[in-house]
Amino acid sequence: MVMLTDAWLIARKDLKLEIRSRVAINQVMPFALLVLVLFAFALDPDRGLLEKATPGLYWIAVLFSGLLAMQRAFSLEAADGVTDALRLSGLSPAGIYLGKTLSVAVQLLVLEVLLGIGVAVLYGTSITGWLLLLVTIVVATAAISTAGTLFGVVAAGLRVRETLLPLLLLPVLAPVLIGATRAFESALSGTPSEGWPWVGLMSVFAVVYAVAGIFGFGPLMEES
Amino acid sequence: MELDDPTFRFGTEPVVHLRGAVALLGRVPALAGVDLDVDRRRIVLLRGANGAGKTTLLRALAGLVPITSGEAVVLGVDLRDDRRAVRHRVGLLAHGTGLYDELTVADNVYFWTRAARADMADAEAAMTQLGLDGRLRDVAVGRLSTGQRRRTSLACLLARRPELWLLDEPHAGLDKDGRDIVDALVRDAAAAGATIILSSHELDRSIELADEIVTLGGGVALDEGVGGGDGHVD
Repeated sequence: MVMLTDAWLIARKDLKLEIRSRVAINQVMPFALLVLVLFAFALDPDRGLLEKATPGLYWIAVLFSGLLAMQRAFSLEAADGVTDALRLSGLSPAGIYLGKTLSVAVQLLVLEVLLGIGVAVLYGTSITGWLLLLVTIVVATAAISTAGTLFGVVAAGLRVRETLLPLLLLPVLAPVLIGATRAFESALSGTPSEGWPWVGLMSVFAVVYAVAGIFGFGPLMEES
Repeated sequence: MELDDPTFRFGTEPVVHLRGAVALLGRVPALAGVDLDVDRRRIVLLRGANGAGKTTLLRALAGLVPITSGEAVVLGVDLRDDRRAVRHRVGLLAHGTGLYDELTVADNVYFWTRAARADMADAEAAMTQLGLDGRLRDVAVGRLSTGQRRRTSLACLLARRPELWLLDEPHAGLDKDGRDIVDALVRDAAAAGATIILSSHELDRSIELADEIVTLGGGVALDEGVGGGDGHVD
């Protein structure tokens, strides 16, 4: 119970910081839309290919933009002695992990909605298979944020964290990229039954990283 | 306000007990065998040149730097067994503010008070005591002067009501009024049952404030003396 209370405290604080700083609105979201536009420029001569590649392009845009949000989540704590203050606070490390995961997940969900509108408008993708799409978004977001927060604290203590986090995280998130893309393809092609096993795979991924984060975040925070 | 923990409210054991305590920063022994005993309600000044080990000693007492050999017991917790266990009972005012620039003064004080599971009434009282209850409470910390940030950090510490205060250069960046407030807070905290260990280059002011003075050099305690405080222990 204490863990959940701590998680809520951290998540509220992180989201309040994001709202006040407007980094997500002024930098992350424009970056995400820019990625979509650049894909459209690159593939526009072949409109059919663009539409066919929509699921993969969408999730690549989510991953690239999400990396910015995850780096931001830990740069907040690296400033001016805040990491030490967190260690001394009495907050449970598992609560801090879950709170930061929740905060990243909320930001990713907002980003994904925006990118969904973006692909519908820019790529002319017709949206079908709503249930599978929505469940895929929720589960893939959980998978990305649970792993991203865990790797974020690994990179947080290193001077090269800005460049190291993508190198660490993108290969780890490859199964999520594949699963989310396949599930989206199934939903958009009208064969949702083929997409649910991928959702199951991503669910296992999210649970494994959530458990690893709950138990591993404390020792990792000591080293950061 | 009295501290609630009966162990240290009525106990007689030292709040800090170090014997031959060694702490490494990388491979360098920043503490090279420190001996130190501090009783409850004492105000102890650490003094010494830059690099003498003052900051490392304060961070080690807070459980942030591991003690690699020797004895180290703080508030009854053996730091060599579990240094995390002591952290929520100490308050460290470090060189860094420990504040979020985008949040207001009140947001920061409330956040760290809630994190410590302390009473929110203490957060309000702390802001009032530090002169942060007027228009400053709704100003983002990033817009404050150095002294105002320092006072906000002190308010966060005060609201937590720690049993052991560890103050690293508490007067730095403060004007005369601010320094007077710090001295009054330290005296009040000691009177309420807390123990205070501070390092300062403001020697005239700090010597007057302290009950005991410990001189550090080369990572060891070189000398102990009596300060200008009344030295009285209840």
